[in-house]
Amino acid sequence: MSTFKNADGKPVLLKMVKAIQDNKAYLGEVDGLIGDGDHGMNMNKGFSVFEARFADKDISFTEGLDELGMILLNEIGGSMGPIYGTILMDMAEAGEGLEDISVADFGNMLAAGLDGLQGIVEAQVGDKTLVDTLSPAVDAVKQAQEAGEGYEAALQKMKAAAETGRDSTKDMVAKFGRSSRLGERSRGVLDAGAASCCIILSAMAEGISELL
Amino acid sequence: MQRIVNNPDNIVDEMLGGFLKAHGDIVEATDNPRVVKAKNIPEGKVGVVTGGGSGHKPAFIGYVGENLCDAAAVGEICSSPTAAAFLDACKAADQGKGVACLYGNYSGDNMNVKMAVKMAKKAGITVKTVVANDDVASAPKDQRGKRRGVAGEVLMWKVGGAKAAQGGDLDEVVAAAQKAIDNTRSVGIGLTPCTLPAVGHPNFEIKDGTMEVGIGHHGEPGIEVCPLETADKMAKRMVDVVLPDYPFTEGDEVAVLVSGLGATPVMELYVLYDEIDKLLEEKGIKTYKAYVGNYFTSLEMMGATLTLMKLDEELKELLDMPAYSMGLKQR
Repeated sequence: MSTFKNADGKPVLLKMVKAIQDNKAYLGEVDGLIGDGDHGMNMNKGFSVFEARFADKDISFTEGLDELGMILLNEIGGSMGPIYGTILMDMAEAGEGLEDISVADFGNMLAAGLDGLQGIVEAQVGDKTLVDTLSPAVDAVKQAQEAGEGYEAALQKMKAAAETGRDSTKDMVAKFGRSSRLGERSRGVLDAGAASCCIILSAMAEGISELL
Repeated sequence: MQRIVNNPDNIVDEMLGGFLKAHGDIVEATDNPRVVKAKNIPEGKVGVVTGGGSGHKPAFIGYVGENLCDAAAVGEICSSPTAAAFLDACKAADQGKGVACLYGNYSGDNMNVKMAVKMAKKAGITVKTVVANDDVASAPKDQRGKRRGVAGEVLMWKVGGAKAAQGGDLDEVVAAAQKAIDNTRSVGIGLTPCTLPAVGHPNFEIKDGTMEVGIGHHGEPGIEVCPLETADKMAKRMVDVVLPDYPFTEGDEVAVLVSGLGATPVMELYVLYDEIDKLLEEKGIKTYKAYVGNYFTSLEMMGATLTLMKLDEELKELLDMPAYSMGLKQR
């Protein structure tokens, strides 16, 4: 199939929740190396609140993205609250009201999330933040879609681009966020936001792939 | 992990429960469970608000009180409060004269405060901000804007809160708080790491027999790891980082704040302060006022921070004003 039904999209969200829960300790460790180590804990808390509130409710993919974003923004805080809150809520807004979500729609939603993020942070590709994961992932979906490669191929390419993007942060020196104050000492370690963004995008790709 | 907790995920709410019960003469709860306000805010004054992650007691709610902050937003451990909490703190403090939000320079706090200021504007409340960046070790001098806020925030709240209590308008309160933080420099030395209760183990390492000079309030790496030294040498190291940065020079009058990081015995803070005072005296720098104790901590980290603020007549007057909160009681 070349689309999935927005109304059937809840399993994608729950897959994202599970991926964050499974990686709570890993994200804490990555963050602890050059940050303060709370990233896994806070992400897990926010995503788990969403699960507790919506696991038994009927909710579409875009409604769920919006609710999850609101929880992160309004109940979790930190730096990841406004960052992921903005990305997810802007994705939801871009897909609001869609009955079927095509690969072009999904690409537009992701791009809207990145746009929203860039409205609140100045980080660019190369600054050792989650932009290094998200930006190439957005490009990969768009390119695959424009080349007519199909949904599944676009999702696989998005996943691969996110992973490459995440890994690219290892050799970078942080320019934004808490780790930016470490200068050269931030080199050699993954950025925690880039790592969590990759986990979320991969889970999203797998979840959507199962619906196709 | 030798800690007093129930479910660590609920530690912030449970801490707030105890805090509000213990200090009901100073603070009260608001409709937002993550916002604490002062009990009797005098009418018609400029509101003073702060906020930050938990685990730094007495910061931040410990500085809500008379002639200090009017409300504070409370975050998860080591994590910024939400934009909604900052907004609700501004609403709780607003008396129609605008609100000064005085907080520390961390990316999460910056984003959430920025969003809160926007939302407050829509709600008809003018909020102006002062961002503390007193931690010398966190960035070079030419990138002062990147430096973290640490224990110097206490002096910023003291000065800003006093200016508001004197009846200063919003611009005057903001200017006084800005001057306070511009005149302030801090450095920390960490002796042991700290553990987020929900994580259960320290997420960074300070080896036995070593110390980390310039450590941040969340264990952010400092400028140097070196063998543990005696108090006199530690004091010298701290003074040597702080003095040249401002720079503080002969003839200056300063406020000195020595804060423990959580698990260092207060007795040792006085040992450190005694050495610091000797060094300042040698340099001809006069201590006008000293604060020694656990003013701004990092969970159960061992170690201390040194903060110096250069004083002028205005800052002296504001610093001398009585204040009453959990973290700062001054006659």
